[in-house]
Amino acid sequence: MTLSSCLVLASALFSIGIYGLLTRRQAIAVLLSVELMANAANLVFASFGHFRGGPTGQTFALFAVALTVAEVAVGLALVILFYRSHGDTQVDLARELRQ
Amino acid sequence: MESIPFGLAALVTLFSALRVVRSPNLVHAALWLGLALLGTAALFAVLGASFLAGVQVLLYIGGVMTLTLVGIMITRRHDGLNVPAESIGHVRAGVVSVALFAVLAWAISATPGLDAAPLGPDATTQDIGHALVGTHVLAFEVVSMLLLAAMLGAIVIARRKDPAPHAVTHLHVPATAVREAAE
Repeated sequence: MTLSSCLVLASALFSIGIYGLLTRRQAIAVLLSVELMANAANLVFASFGHFRGGPTGQTFALFAVALTVAEVAVGLALVILFYRSHGDTQVDLARELRQ
Repeated sequence: MESIPFGLAALVTLFSALRVVRSPNLVHAALWLGLALLGTAALFAVLGASFLAGVQVLLYIGGVMTLTLVGIMITRRHDGLNVPAESIGHVRAGVVSVALFAVLAWAISATPGLDAAPLGPDATTQDIGHALVGTHVLAFEVVSMLLLAAMLGAIVIARRKDPAPHAVTHLHVPATAVREAAE
C-alpha cells in the first residue's frame, strides 16, 4: 500500500462518480453519484494525512464530511420541491428557470 | 502487511461503487452506496484514521443513507422496493470517465516521491481535537454556521407550499380570443 495506489483508487472512485453523474436521469441518483465523488475526495485527504503525518489531512477530511452533509440536505430539499412542482424527479424536466 | 486488508476494502468499494451507478433500481443503488461508504470507512481504518472511520459510519451510513432512502420513498410513486432508475448515454459517459481516470492515473504515476513510506506516526483523536479547536478554530466555527444555515435552508425550501399550482395562468391570452370565447 503506497500513496500512489491510494490516489489511483480515489481517482477510480471519482471517475465512477462522474459516470453516474452523466448517465443517471433521476435527481436522487445524481446525488448518490455526487456522494461517491465527495467520498473519493475524503479518501485523498485521509491518504495524504497518513503518508505525510500530522493531523491536518484528517481535519480537512472532517470539514469535507460536514460540507457534504450540508450539500446532501439542501440537495434533497430541492429534489422534494422539484417533485412537488413537476410530479417527477427526472433532471431533464428542469428546463425552465422560472414557472 | 497492510496490503491484504487494503486490497479487500478497495475491491469492495470499487465493486459497490460500480453497482451504485449501474443498478437499475434506485433503492438498490442507495443500499450499494451504503456498502461503498462502509468500504471507504474500512480504508480509513487501514490508513490509520480511526476517528474518521467512526465519523464516516455514524454520519454517512447512519445519517446520509437514511436521509437519501427517505428522499427516495417520498418522491416516487413506488410499489414496494421497485423504484426504476433510468440511465442514458452509457458510451459517451464511459469514454469521458475512462479518459478522466487515465489522465489522473498518468498524472499520479508521473509525480515523483509518492512511493515513500509514511513520514510520521498517524494522528490520534487527541491531535485531531487539538487541531479542530486550536489551529483551525475559525474554519470550525464557519463550518458550524454553514451547517446551521444549510439545515434552516433545507427546512425552508422543503416546507414551501406548492410552488406552481397554476402553471398556465401566466400565458398571455389575447383579449379578442377571450371575447370570442364568451360569445
